[in-house]
Amino acid sequence: MPELLEVKDLKTQFFTRDGVVRAVDGVSFQLAAGETLGIVGESGCGKSVTALSLMRLIPQPPGKIVEGSIMFDGQDILKMDDDDVRAIRGNNIAMIFQDPMTSLNPVLTISRQISEALELHLKMDKAEAKRRTIELLELVNIPSAKKRADDYPHQFSGGMRQRVMIAMALSCNPKLILADEPTTALDVTIQAQILDLLKNLAREFRTAFILITHDLGVVAGMTQRIHVMYGGQIVEKADTNELFANPKMPYTWGLLRSIPRLDESRKAKLLPIEGLPPDLIAPPPGCRFEPRCQYRREICGTTPPELKHIPNAKPDHEARCWGTQEGGWLVNTDWRRDVGSLEQLEAIKQEVADLPPEVKRIEASGEVPPPPSA
Amino acid sequence: MATVTTSAAQKRSIDANVLTRKQRSLWQDAWWRLRRNKAAMMGLGIIALAAFLAVFAPLIAPFDPTVQDTKVNNMDPFWVDSIYHNSRFPLGSDQLGRDILSRLIWSTRISLVVGLVPTLLVFTIGVTLGLLAGYLGGWIDNLLMRFTDIIYAFPDLLFVIIIMATLRNTWLGDIMGGLVLIFVALAVVNWVGLARLVRGQVLSLKEKEFVEAARATGVPTRRILIRHLFPNALAPVIVSLAFAIPGAMLAESVLSFIGIGIRPPTATWGVMINEGYTVFSQSPWPVLLPAICISLVMLAFTFLGDGLRDALDPRMKT
Repeated sequence: MPELLEVKDLKTQFFTRDGVVRAVDGVSFQLAAGETLGIVGESGCGKSVTALSLMRLIPQPPGKIVEGSIMFDGQDILKMDDDDVRAIRGNNIAMIFQDPMTSLNPVLTISRQISEALELHLKMDKAEAKRRTIELLELVNIPSAKKRADDYPHQFSGGMRQRVMIAMALSCNPKLILADEPTTALDVTIQAQILDLLKNLAREFRTAFILITHDLGVVAGMTQRIHVMYGGQIVEKADTNELFANPKMPYTWGLLRSIPRLDESRKAKLLPIEGLPPDLIAPPPGCRFEPRCQYRREICGTTPPELKHIPNAKPDHEARCWGTQEGGWLVNTDWRRDVGSLEQLEAIKQEVADLPPEVKRIEASGEVPPPPSA
Repeated sequence: MATVTTSAAQKRSIDANVLTRKQRSLWQDAWWRLRRNKAAMMGLGIIALAAFLAVFAPLIAPFDPTVQDTKVNNMDPFWVDSIYHNSRFPLGSDQLGRDILSRLIWSTRISLVVGLVPTLLVFTIGVTLGLLAGYLGGWIDNLLMRFTDIIYAFPDLLFVIIIMATLRNTWLGDIMGGLVLIFVALAVVNWVGLARLVRGQVLSLKEKEFVEAARATGVPTRRILIRHLFPNALAPVIVSLAFAIPGAMLAESVLSFIGIGIRPPTATWGVMINEGYTVFSQSPWPVLLPAICISLVMLAFTFLGDGLRDALDPRMKT
């Protein structure tokens, strides 16, 4: 099957005063037309930077895509000139941002904002664009769309604004939608509605989408495949059911353990991942997750593992872990029962406790790595 | 599974809700707030009156403001208890026998034009440079801002005086009795403040997500500047212009008073004060009357500016 999007060895770096932040460090993945993909990982692991890189929206300076290729529909986005990229943005690839409260321009009416892409890319005239705008608003279930089209964003609730963002993203019938944490800023009650809407519309229009989130629960029912990112790299790739049934990377295990489950007994404690995310200016020499991994062995701290196929798993299931790869010590480990070495766990906790307080504050505020402009 | 469909009944009630609520844009909101501000409305009234006088000056003024009649010079206004009265000149006449009332009315014209035209120039230059510097950043920003710093470092009035004094006797100073030169001089000096203001606004606005969203939609830079950034920065710009207009008017009066502004046969309030000054010991009115006019219009613009600032400030939203 011809791929719609093929990202190869993407490296995006930020050149800061403190050094080079390797925000995205060798990410490769493919996406077929109409396929849905989830990218999961905690804050600062490079998810948003990956998405922005795909549209070449990395603020430059300080950011720069230093290596790799992004083949979209047979063309390398990284080699296009600015006008060609602009013609793709909003037209072939659309983006939905995290915070609907700030991603709509407060002084323009809803209809003018949706019409903008239509006039720009599809060369519609004003009346035509307006008509299409109202259709789009009806499509995303805005009640009395005709009257509300001339409202300003402040007259819309958060959920409705995110619907407007979805309408904007769909307006030119793009081949790919990038949704960067589209429900994070919304009430839990609205999240499901928005996700449903997005899923149904993407299916209806056969649009491929990449859903970026820190919440494994969000991607569960939404996407066909999931890539887990950590420290600027993809650490596990699998299709969605496989990932939940048979995860093969201690980081993924950690993520799964920290989700509350309705079917567990009340006494079962949530196990957080101890430690802090890696400093992407000077990442750990071996596996990036090694400093926080209870299952670690000597090799993990010295040699970085590669993203490889995993035994005891589906053929397209890959993970970046010495333990679960061919001949590793975690091949047959049941992550639900075996939480790893408790001594290691204590050691990790101790390491964090020993850090000088200002380091912890910096890391907790998300300054290292720098917030990727989102 | 959550569904997003609404029943017919719900839809009807939602429609009804929408119908009963009035649609108001941000500008309509601001106008509504401005209208409740008495001082601002008074200011607006005075400005409207001045504008009316300026536009219809030839019809309203009883005399030509430059016609002299030395037989009836130095007449007092009608309320002054003296023997120097002439029923043709209700506000008296100056030392050359010109009707002060007519001169005041014609001066309104010059004053408003001097207030508006340089402000328009300031608006164009300041907004353009501010937008470009703020949004493009980098060396363009650096270049433009260092340039503004240089102009900013000059004392305003001194700079204007230098321009006026040096260019007054060239062809530029001759157009429309020196009026065009005043426009240019005031614009050259005053655009820096606005450029800085707009740049500051843009610097904070361009980090907002809606700008990124616009870029992600493929909107070209020029359109982002004009359609997305500029309207968002407009409120403080309007306030700043409301204060710039009286500033320019005052500057014209000052320049005319010290004799390097508008050339004398033309009536402006500054020229009138300048000329009345010489006969101040005999009668204060040729000085006081234009001074009162200047103060009144300045006050009106200041009230309006204050009102606009309150009305356009999003934090005061009610």
